[in-house]
Amino acid sequence: MTTLAFPGADTVEAREELERDRRPRVDKRMAAAEAIRRFVSDGDVIAVGGTNHARTPMALLGEVLRQGRRELSLVRPLTCFESELFIATGMASKVVTSWVGIGHGWGLARVLREYVESGQVTYEEWSHLGVGLRFKAGAMGVPFLPSYTMMGSDLGRQLDLAAVDCPYTGQSLNAVPSLNPDVALIHVQRADVHGNAQIDGYELMDADIARASRRLVISTEEIVDTDSLRLDPARTTIPGFAVDAVVLQPMGAYPHECYGHYLADEEAFREYMDAVRAAGSQGAREYVEALVSHPDHDSFMASVPPHRLEKLKADAKGMMPR
Amino acid sequence: MTTVDERRLAAQRGLDPRPDEIMTISASRLLEDGKVMFAGIGQPLVAAALARRRHAPNLTVILEGGMVGIHLMPGELPDSTNEMRAAIGAEMLTTATDIFLMAQRGFFDYGFLGVAQIDMHGNVNTSLIGDPERPSVRLPGPGGANDIISMCNETVIVTNHEPRRFVERVDWVTSPGYLTGGDARREAGLRHGGPSWVVTDLALLDFEEETRRMRLRGLQPGVTVEQVVAATDFELVVPDHVDVLDPVTAEELALMRHLNGETDQSAENGEHRAE
Repeated sequence: MTTLAFPGADTVEAREELERDRRPRVDKRMAAAEAIRRFVSDGDVIAVGGTNHARTPMALLGEVLRQGRRELSLVRPLTCFESELFIATGMASKVVTSWVGIGHGWGLARVLREYVESGQVTYEEWSHLGVGLRFKAGAMGVPFLPSYTMMGSDLGRQLDLAAVDCPYTGQSLNAVPSLNPDVALIHVQRADVHGNAQIDGYELMDADIARASRRLVISTEEIVDTDSLRLDPARTTIPGFAVDAVVLQPMGAYPHECYGHYLADEEAFREYMDAVRAAGSQGAREYVEALVSHPDHDSFMASVPPHRLEKLKADAKGMMPR
Repeated sequence: MTTVDERRLAAQRGLDPRPDEIMTISASRLLEDGKVMFAGIGQPLVAAALARRRHAPNLTVILEGGMVGIHLMPGELPDSTNEMRAAIGAEMLTTATDIFLMAQRGFFDYGFLGVAQIDMHGNVNTSLIGDPERPSVRLPGPGGANDIISMCNETVIVTNHEPRRFVERVDWVTSPGYLTGGDARREAGLRHGGPSWVVTDLALLDFEEETRRMRLRGLQPGVTVEQVVAATDFELVVPDHVDVLDPVTAEELALMRHLNGETDQSAENGEHRAE
């Protein structure tokens, strides 16, 4: 048996695990602290839902920071400052993504740069579709998907991606390996107690991430009756049988945005970046210390001036289709 | 004829277009009505907004966050391809993976990229400077760029024209152009697309059909061939005759600044935001 070139790419093993360990239709509500304690372990490959500063599961990530884990790998299509909180505290040893930046005009991710340039963290660079197809293949239960992505580039060469010849046409394409992450953390707008979940706006890669992942914790802005999901069932993109835990968490993506509920808080970005500009990775560690000094996300939210939150909510409402 | 320095001084006084504005307007003129454009944040979106209001009202704008056919509101252009502001007026919201799979299917006429480095065959680096194992500078990475240039029917590159950006060979091929030139891109399995135009503050360039070497095609007004050659750290293909591009009009400039949410005063002191 050869060693798998890409950890998490064994779809057969992931399927066998799923067959052994079903997720029965029960009330899966629990506090973030319990969900993270039960479902996130040292050494896990964690798929982080959302993208950049959209629908980042900040409350769940904050709980991982609060409890502390070691040797985590974070996988995300586009990565924002949340990854730096794990790098600076030594909890993450690997970042798998297509892009890292802070956004909102802040430019490069300084802490990540410092750790990558000094060799303290492993940075695995994929194309955006490469990340998407890893989740898609994992969600489909197949070991790879063929694509033009990364052909001819140094990305494919560095990753040691293999090519595959089409058995019908002979055409050669890159074989993008599947990924079945150990655990996924995803924030959604609404879910029922069984974990049937609806995402408003852009889904990004979250429906695939939910299907691919071996364990799945969702946080949700609100818990609704299953009957209310039945009024718009096409919007339900995560089935309850894929979900392990449902965490009711209003403002669960703050300070990042949640479509239809609130915009990202640029003032919070400024506070973080000011800390990093003043003290580098020590600034990021101080940011984490302040965050985890709150017993939970609700307590952290209570420390944010209410008028700021009201504006973020009003501005988000103003951008909805009408 | 004015020199580049004189031009930049005039731009600083707010009378003439800034270099980034010249590039954006030049890029907008390349966009044809009825086409589908995979845009990015910053100059590509402004170019798209300008083209839609001037000559290409049926240009469909796509963003990697899953947005199809978005509105581009004056002064409300988004900071990220994955945020609510980027979804305003969308005709369709789909998944990020689906957007790239539609690119792979061949639906998208134009892709747009910025660069940290570009080389003589249009290969693009946005990943790192220095030794790939231990980079001296770690840059944001491809995002959608590798897929865009691999899959869109053509890709327009927009960048400042400086020797440190226009290098003989990029430190890292984040996004493949014509690789080592000639048929190399096709031989690597990339059957479609590739860089079509390079738009800079000094010139408009393309790639010679046989060799796939970068070729000077047009000069921004007031710029000489010698200035372009001096700003390029490899040997350009320079035809015997090179046209001068049409100057930026007052109407284009005013409309673009309006779309950017700038007055002439703020344009003068404007903070350039890029992701």
